[in-house]
Amino acid sequence: MAELFIELFSEEIPSRMQNTARADLGRLVSGFLKAAGLKFGAVETYATPRRLCVKIADVPTSTPDINQQRKGPQVGAPEQAIQGFLRGAGVTLEQCVEQEIKGKTFYVAMIEKSGQQTAEIIAASMPELINKFPWPKSMRWGAGSLKWVRPLQSIICLFGGDVVPFEIENVPVGDSTQGHLFMNNARFSVKDFADYRAKLLAANVMLNGAEREAVILAEAQVICAKAGLELIDDKSLIAETAGLVEWPVALLGEFEIEFLDVPQRVIIETIKGHQKCFAVIDPKTKKLSHHFVAISNMIADDGGKTITHGNEKVIRARLSDANYFWQTDKKTKLADRVEKLKNITFHAKLGSQHQRVEAIKEIAEMLCEFTHADKAKTLLAVELSKADLVTHMVGELPELQGYMGQQYALAEGIDADVAEALAQHYAPQGPSDAVPTNIIALTVSLADKFNTLLGFWSIDEKPTGSKDPYALRRAALGIIRIVMERNLRLDIPAELLPFFIDRLKVYFREQGLRHDLIDAVFALKGQNDLVLAEKRVIALADFLATDDGANLLAGVKRANNILQAEDKKQPLKFNSIIDEKLLVLDAERHLFAAITKNVELMNEAVKKEDFAAAMTALAQLRQPIDSFFEDVKVNDDDAAIRINRLKLLFIIRTATKTIADFSRVEG
Amino acid sequence: MTSENMSAPQHMRPENSFQGMIMALQNFWADYGCAILQPYDMEVGAGTFHPATIMRALGPKPWKTAYIQPSRRPSDGRYGENPNRMQHFYQFQVVLKPSPKDIQELYIKSLSAIGIDQANHDIRFVEDDWESPTLGAWGLGWEVWVDGMEVSQFTYFQQIAGYDCSPVTGELTYGVERLAMYVQGVDNVYELNYNGREGADKITYGDVFHQNEQEYSRYNFETADTKMLMQHFKDAEQECQAIADASMAKSALGNDYIMALPAYDQCIKASHIFNLLDARGVISVTERQAYIGRVRALSKKCADLWMQTPLGKATNGEAK
Repeated sequence: MAELFIELFSEEIPSRMQNTARADLGRLVSGFLKAAGLKFGAVETYATPRRLCVKIADVPTSTPDINQQRKGPQVGAPEQAIQGFLRGAGVTLEQCVEQEIKGKTFYVAMIEKSGQQTAEIIAASMPELINKFPWPKSMRWGAGSLKWVRPLQSIICLFGGDVVPFEIENVPVGDSTQGHLFMNNARFSVKDFADYRAKLLAANVMLNGAEREAVILAEAQVICAKAGLELIDDKSLIAETAGLVEWPVALLGEFEIEFLDVPQRVIIETIKGHQKCFAVIDPKTKKLSHHFVAISNMIADDGGKTITHGNEKVIRARLSDANYFWQTDKKTKLADRVEKLKNITFHAKLGSQHQRVEAIKEIAEMLCEFTHADKAKTLLAVELSKADLVTHMVGELPELQGYMGQQYALAEGIDADVAEALAQHYAPQGPSDAVPTNIIALTVSLADKFNTLLGFWSIDEKPTGSKDPYALRRAALGIIRIVMERNLRLDIPAELLPFFIDRLKVYFREQGLRHDLIDAVFALKGQNDLVLAEKRVIALADFLATDDGANLLAGVKRANNILQAEDKKQPLKFNSIIDEKLLVLDAERHLFAAITKNVELMNEAVKKEDFAAAMTALAQLRQPIDSFFEDVKVNDDDAAIRINRLKLLFIIRTATKTIADFSRVEG
Repeated sequence: MTSENMSAPQHMRPENSFQGMIMALQNFWADYGCAILQPYDMEVGAGTFHPATIMRALGPKPWKTAYIQPSRRPSDGRYGENPNRMQHFYQFQVVLKPSPKDIQELYIKSLSAIGIDQANHDIRFVEDDWESPTLGAWGLGWEVWVDGMEVSQFTYFQQIAGYDCSPVTGELTYGVERLAMYVQGVDNVYELNYNGREGADKITYGDVFHQNEQEYSRYNFETADTKMLMQHFKDAEQECQAIADASMAKSALGNDYIMALPAYDQCIKASHIFNLLDARGVISVTERQAYIGRVRALSKKCADLWMQTPLGKATNGEAK
């Protein structure tokens, strides 16, 4: 048993790729060990901006010896068969014995192989692993043809403390590496992983990304606390910065307090998006402070003064730009910007953003009937909804679209609800994004999304497979969430319905509803009211969970099977008027009576959308149906009686179809 | 600070002088063995367009050069009113083919040579992939940050005009104004000390370029004759094709040289005219793609020609 330790040392690996890459490294190295039949201990992987590492404990130093016997063809079998067997078993005829089995003599190969050295397996597997490493993007460098994410400079490959040499272009493979690029750049040799980790730490490299994240958070919080401030603890930014540094050092910087007049998200985006710095809150006001935290990669000689100063300078310049945009943009009213949308193409075949806004207006006007939003305000919100796209600020920070619309609207004194609608009308952007709370926003959001879907449908740009460049699935799911969460009763346009049903299945599945029940409900015609469809599915699920429901389902399915079988023999053509005189048995008379009474009740309940009551009425049929199938032979010799009985079954099927197509229900 | 700079007179030191910084970079890379070229004598949007980069990066022959290149981006004009945006600025370009193993280290040393020492600065290599749709080229690398400021672009060329770059060229592009502003501690580009002198002898960047920015901003945004420019674009396109065709025909005088570089000049022209038309706002989103495609077709043609010239092809005297 020995420790395997590998380090792939390179120039800077993009932060976003590091975690996947180290997981891939762990998986691939474990993979070739496993493929060789080795069992081993814990696998640990690490990544920094300049290295990927894997350490595997307790790896056997060789694969087990093989000692087996394999039965071959009979002695005297055709030469070809014997040769084939020998090849397959990897032995010569001399290594076989003749053995009598059940009166016949066979060749038996005595396969004895001593295990392979693990070091050899490692040396043989590593070049291919490196050549085929699944980087999202890789590159060549120098005069070589090797590909890596950035130039690969050296490799440590130690097994049980010994270097496992292998050839990979001109990259040296050995036991040495380098520390921090600026603080401790000398090469040093290591004995094993523990030695490596300790020496790296001494050379100013924190190997573990999770540790770097913890240090970033702790240091940033400490310097904020010292200044009486509070860090905005941004998890994704912490993770990103941990992938940009080998030795994080937090520094507190500041900018002119006047810049705080700029809307908060602009400041946060500027500090975070461009500079990878953290925004800071003043706990007294609970608002942004004119400070930021920069994470540097250096213990500087001057204590970080120059670095802080440099970061301040950049942030000041960027905020100064942002402030300029904010002040300049405010001079033009949003309404006056709408005209400019004519110059911005939304999609080559769908026209300009201006045309888009006009189309959204039409839909929004109709939707107001359903959402009961104030029509004038809604139309104003639509009119202004895309106006911020032609502001300087959104040009620079596109992720602030919507939010900036709201800020400019408020600054020019537009109704707060309308302003909020400008910000919220893109929501929900994903499953975790909230549905708009503002009724105007909600109406605009629906209209925008319907317009997008109808538009792309009209030019036949539907999502296919994994391709959904216009995020149409997200738009449909957005509509579904709004409609469901706000209980909105409206009809999905027929051409979009199949697409919506697919999205709805995903949505319902996440809510824990059965997909076959969704199928059963949507098998009915005209189910374009999603809220109603959901009610049906839920009632159906509740009903089927009861004893009556389960049995009735069986009965209805049986009725359906009989009808289908008969229909195949000879297409059934009949009205559903039962001839009572032909009901000769008690069971069929009882069933008819139960149908007469309950189907009407059920229909009334369905009309009132009281599906629970409909199910209760339906449940009354269970007993009569069970008895019917027990006592009555549908296929009577008398054709008239037979048809009459089939009609009974037909009526049952028709009746249940006011709720769902039971034949689609599984089980 | 390196000893050479310590010994340089005050007015030549990078922290005092814009031209001093350029000369320090030139000296550094001259010491490394680069051919120090002068700017290409045509309007280009970036130092990459200089044939000493884009053409020399194609084909198998080693190459080392460094040069300053004025770069014109008409859309970035701000009438001289923005402290750090101009339609005309400088890029200092270093091209090393094949990219040496220690190229990062060399780059870091070059920063020391212009007064950015590693002990007090936070130098970072942040993912930034490079792509030029007009050159049909891409590479991987980083933008280099010094204390949070982007000061250089560092690229390993992978493909140009559809050709794999082999060996790979390492390209370093320094934003010299930005670096100078940082080293001189100036917030407005026009206040940069250009010549490193003080008092009456001092020439600022504004003295040299402020009026240019005003004039060119007006011209680029307001008055450039778009109809004429569109014609010029077509002319350049046709001339490029004509040069390509002539290269394949016999010379009456027996001078059967392939004219890749003259053809490429026409590509450069077309590219700049496109940038001007773009600044004039007469190119719609859809047309934009079409124009870019047309320039890309020209650069492809030029690359194809270059690969048949002695400097571009695999071995001397052997056809591709």
